[in-house]
Amino acid sequence: MLILECPCCGVKAEETELAPGGEAHLKRFGPGSSDAEFETYMFARKNPKGVHFERWRHAYGCGKWFLAARDTATLEVFGTYPAQTTEPPAELIAKIQAKRPGWKGWK
Amino acid sequence: MSDPVSALQGAVAQGFARVEEIGPLGMITLRAKPGTEGLEAAIKAATGCDLPGARKITHQGAKSCGWMSNDEFLLVLPYADVAKALGAIAAALEGAHHLAVDVSDARAVFRVTGPEADQVLRKLTPADLDKVEADEIRRSRFAQVAAAFWPADGGYTLVCFRSVAGYVMGLLTHAAQSGSEI
Amino acid sequence: MSARLQKGGRLINRSARMEFTFNGKKLSGLAGDTLASALLANDQLLVGRSFKYHRPRGIMASGPEEPNALVALGEGARFEPNQRVTTTELFDGLTSASQNHWPSLEFDIGAVNNKLARFLPAGFYYKTFIHPRSAWKHLFEPIIRRSAGLGKPPEEADADRYEYTYGHADILIAGGGIAGLQAALVAGASGAKVLLLEQTAHWGGRAPVDGDIIDGKPAEAWIAQALQTLGSMANVSFRARTMVSGVYDHGYVLAEERIADHTPGDGRPRKRLWRIRATKVIAATGALERPLSFAGNDIPGVMLASATRDYAVNFAVSPGERTVVVTNNDDAYRTAITLKEAGLEVTVVDARASTSGELPSRARAMGIRIETGRGIVKVKGGKRVTGVAIGLQAGEGGAVEEIACDAVAMSGGWSPVVHLWSHCGGKLIWDEARALFRPDATRPPLGEDGTAMVYPAGAANGALAAAEALSDAAAQAALAVEATGHKTGAAATASADVVEEGAMLPVWIMPASAGIDLKSKMWLDFQNDVKVSDVQLAAREGYVSVEHTKRYTTLGMATDQGKLSNINGLAVLADALGEQIPRVGTTTFRPPYAPVTIGALTGEARGNIFQPLRKTPMHDWHLAHGAYMEPVGLWQRPYTYPRAGETHDQAVNREVLNTRERLGLLDASTLGKILVKGPDAGKFLDMLYTNVMSNLGIGKCRYGLMCNEQGFLSDDGVVIRIAEDTWLCHTTSGGADRIHGWMEDWLQCEWWDWQVYTANLTEQYGQIAVVGPNARKLLEKLGGMDVSKEAIPFMTFKDGELAGFPVRVHRISFSGELSYEIAVPASHALAFWELLYAEGQALGLQTYGTEGLHVLRAEKGFIMIGDETDGTVIPQDLNLDWAISKKKEDFLGKRGQQRTFLAAKDRWKLVGFESLDGSVIPDGAYVIAAGTNEYGFRNSQGRITSTYHSPTLKRGIAMGLLKDGPARMGEVVEFTAMTGGVSVAAKVVDPVFYDKEGEKQNV
Repeated sequence: MLILECPCCGVKAEETELAPGGEAHLKRFGPGSSDAEFETYMFARKNPKGVHFERWRHAYGCGKWFLAARDTATLEVFGTYPAQTTEPPAELIAKIQAKRPGWKGWK
Repeated sequence: MSDPVSALQGAVAQGFARVEEIGPLGMITLRAKPGTEGLEAAIKAATGCDLPGARKITHQGAKSCGWMSNDEFLLVLPYADVAKALGAIAAALEGAHHLAVDVSDARAVFRVTGPEADQVLRKLTPADLDKVEADEIRRSRFAQVAAAFWPADGGYTLVCFRSVAGYVMGLLTHAAQSGSEI
Repeated sequence: MSARLQKGGRLINRSARMEFTFNGKKLSGLAGDTLASALLANDQLLVGRSFKYHRPRGIMASGPEEPNALVALGEGARFEPNQRVTTTELFDGLTSASQNHWPSLEFDIGAVNNKLARFLPAGFYYKTFIHPRSAWKHLFEPIIRRSAGLGKPPEEADADRYEYTYGHADILIAGGGIAGLQAALVAGASGAKVLLLEQTAHWGGRAPVDGDIIDGKPAEAWIAQALQTLGSMANVSFRARTMVSGVYDHGYVLAEERIADHTPGDGRPRKRLWRIRATKVIAATGALERPLSFAGNDIPGVMLASATRDYAVNFAVSPGERTVVVTNNDDAYRTAITLKEAGLEVTVVDARASTSGELPSRARAMGIRIETGRGIVKVKGGKRVTGVAIGLQAGEGGAVEEIACDAVAMSGGWSPVVHLWSHCGGKLIWDEARALFRPDATRPPLGEDGTAMVYPAGAANGALAAAEALSDAAAQAALAVEATGHKTGAAATASADVVEEGAMLPVWIMPASAGIDLKSKMWLDFQNDVKVSDVQLAAREGYVSVEHTKRYTTLGMATDQGKLSNINGLAVLADALGEQIPRVGTTTFRPPYAPVTIGALTGEARGNIFQPLRKTPMHDWHLAHGAYMEPVGLWQRPYTYPRAGETHDQAVNREVLNTRERLGLLDASTLGKILVKGPDAGKFLDMLYTNVMSNLGIGKCRYGLMCNEQGFLSDDGVVIRIAEDTWLCHTTSGGADRIHGWMEDWLQCEWWDWQVYTANLTEQYGQIAVVGPNARKLLEKLGGMDVSKEAIPFMTFKDGELAGFPVRVHRISFSGELSYEIAVPASHALAFWELLYAEGQALGLQTYGTEGLHVLRAEKGFIMIGDETDGTVIPQDLNLDWAISKKKEDFLGKRGQQRTFLAAKDRWKLVGFESLDGSVIPDGAYVIAAGTNEYGFRNSQGRITSTYHSPTLKRGIAMGLLKDGPARMGEVVEFTAMTGGVSVAAKVVDPVFYDKEGEKQNV
């Protein structure tokens, strides 16, 4: 059962205090988008064995959504950061690259 | 108009700790980001309390102001003072983006007291009580529902939603039963 | 026979007798006994029957590894099956009964299976009960079910209570033997927060039984001193009778504390489940002795050598007067010496060609007969051991001698308890010299930061002897301490006297070249009856994976999870496959380490706190007025208020008619109420709802729909505008939290620069619907505000006072009647409700419940989320195009609805149905279409979504979805009958059955 530190309130929350929200950094496609774009937005999800970026909500705490980077195989958590961003912070990417030299990046 | 009644009308249970539903208690949800002009004045005017830092709760007499999130505060005050406090907040935050609303009736409030009051909470919440500081408000899970609590004179004050007051009273009563001291 | 010795017994109190029963027989034991030692003291060797062959079985071990001795404990509301006698502490008045036999333990008809054993080989079930298929249900399964299974389920509700406790520690130490204590001393001295848990009631593990000398003192004295030191450390807490059952992700640990198992009914909770977060876990879980595989090794009286020693030293019980100790290592000589010192006869049969260690020398010096290079060929006896035939270990099974005895103590070496290391993926290495798997320090289970989460210590790490266990534990604890960021303090590492031991000889089959007749009597898994011959057969049949062999033979799948059998089994498999043991590997270790009572896992969640029931302010009033409640999400709502002699249907009909004709009162407090405020609130709501909310006038109400991004309808409700920048969104009762979360998701994660705040006010207000032709009269009677049509027109609201109560009065209607929905602060809601109820009596007021509400809305053709919608329905399917803005460039779900299959003409769309015979069409019925589909089922072209008896129209009415439905008015369609009987014919009609013009609500 995971523990993740909420970047909003600083509480190290355990999984039962959190609500999962699936893959992070999806780009919304609305009216005017192609079928392929909409399909990607709606349905195409990564399922890596390794580094993954996810949405979590501190549902039983401060109520804020945040993003987390973790390894789906070892469950190592590389870091959490606020949801108000379109891409992971540079220092987090650097940290992951250092720990997982073969990592192909977050996109 | 009737007198306001709390969800459990002051139910009490005595085990190795004392559990008591208190209220009605005035509560205001105030949403505004720290740095909003007038925020500190609004909290001061409504409760006399200082603006709390992250996860802290400030007190002034019977009034308190708890940090609920990075844009939300819980103001605790006598039930009868709510309307006046809302007026003061509106005046102080005039023109600034905020939301202030009476949530007194949407909540149930409990006091858990006694030298071993902490044990009652330890049975119900995954929050680490040893790390909750004296001036901290902690939001977490109590068994299957959300609740917030803070340390206060010889025990803890605990706030949950009104509709689950009976459930939470049941939890606290079960956890406080004599003979089940940890 | 087994009996109580005259002297000794470090854990028993000879002056405190305790009476107990086994299968109704009155027996007595002593305070400090386990049920196992008490049974042995009474010469009760036979305690159960095996699972498959129903062979007589006795006590084999002294701890949670016991495979055989499972009994039913207690009676009635304290009955519990499958309890290990070895971990059950005796108490006065304990009742126990054996299991898995019929008609009696002594005489078991199922034992005929034993005679048929050669016809019941590995995979027997898979091979036999396949054809004919029909026989499975009627013949095979009933017979197997009657003869299989372990124990009986309790029939009464559990009389005891249980609870959770959440624990937090820097370092959690599992196991209170000398390694655990040493680790705790080191960890404690560092200042880290330490939690030390021991599964038994006693500290120190095996050391006192083994006679270890630590720091020059008997182990017991050192243990007492260690506990005293730990007790003085404020940062250390320790707890006996608490078994760590599993280690999970990120240092989550479950442990079961047995609080009142041995003091039933004393008012304390019976068990407590600890849910612990530990930064690091030290697994000081010791090691388990392995049996040896020789013919007849399951006969009562054959026991692990260590268990024999435990019973003698701890409880002064000797399993026999003449014991044969059979071993491949030096440790078992401790048992021989112990028995000899107790004045009992003992012979050692040692598989090794010669001995070299201190212990065999000491035994020999005491005059104990030692036969080296020999093994047991066969154990003699049926329900108890009468003797053994011994022969050359290197031979094929020729007996050279028979030794009369009544007990056999066997030792095949030791296996570290690596479960907690392995639960989260820690890997093992094979230690060739000691013939054991131990944790591979280079491949530990990982924690949240990617570093090692578990540190094995002592025997659990392969450091079997006391001296090496202590130094290993101190070293491992120091590593754990540093990993938590603490500094190791000044804790001394204890040193134990070294006893030189000779090398052990791996022995997997005894004798080594035994034939099939012997191998089919060599048990590997005692509880599930898996023998050496079964594993070898599996290998011959092509099972090369240990995981597959496990499932095929059921090796290690019993409730002991193969604690005794696994290593022996995989060694036999490796041998049969001609492979090395490490290449075959172990099966996966999964939690729990030993079974945990379901009550403990349930914790406090029973009875009225099984789950949170949400109650409105009027909840108790409803109950007092006879309401029949139904769950709506977690809410409890009145379904109807039946009067004396009324059925629920009759009550609903009465409530509906009364509301239509006079006046109804409904508790609608559960309705979601979410405040949305800010400069961008209008823009936000326009994205959230399919229609426009930003242009709603202040003081006005508007019905709105919310869709998910796929375009499917997800919630509906009335939105009101309170001020220039403030709206209140009503949601469905079940949808309030979900929709509030949905709003926050978009505001926090997509449009975080929009200035909008939300607040969930659902529970701030009691909401009461005053419905019916007399509704206005009732409010006028209360007085305080103008409630006329002019003052509060339909689809508007007004804040004011009624009879002194602060209220918000909404003119909205979900029934088609003149209707006011009144919000009043929850702490006044009950008083206001009671006032309405009292004042309304003269106007014909009756309360109505959720079923009446459904009938009223269905008569009007109003949709209900969850009835007309199921996650695949778009608003257009429900003819709600009028509530979907064509002007807005974007709203959530708009792009989804543009997908071709949703825009298609022939979608199933909302219509009404009237059965031709006036009956109520069954709920869930499908409209039949011509032909069959690819699976041979009838094609369908529509389905019922809501169906009721309408008391207003005095006939059945229904709403449903029909292919191209609105174009087919007047057509007669046929429905499937859910019961398989006659189908129902119905006419397609307008879904608005009553007051199509809406005249009644707009008065």
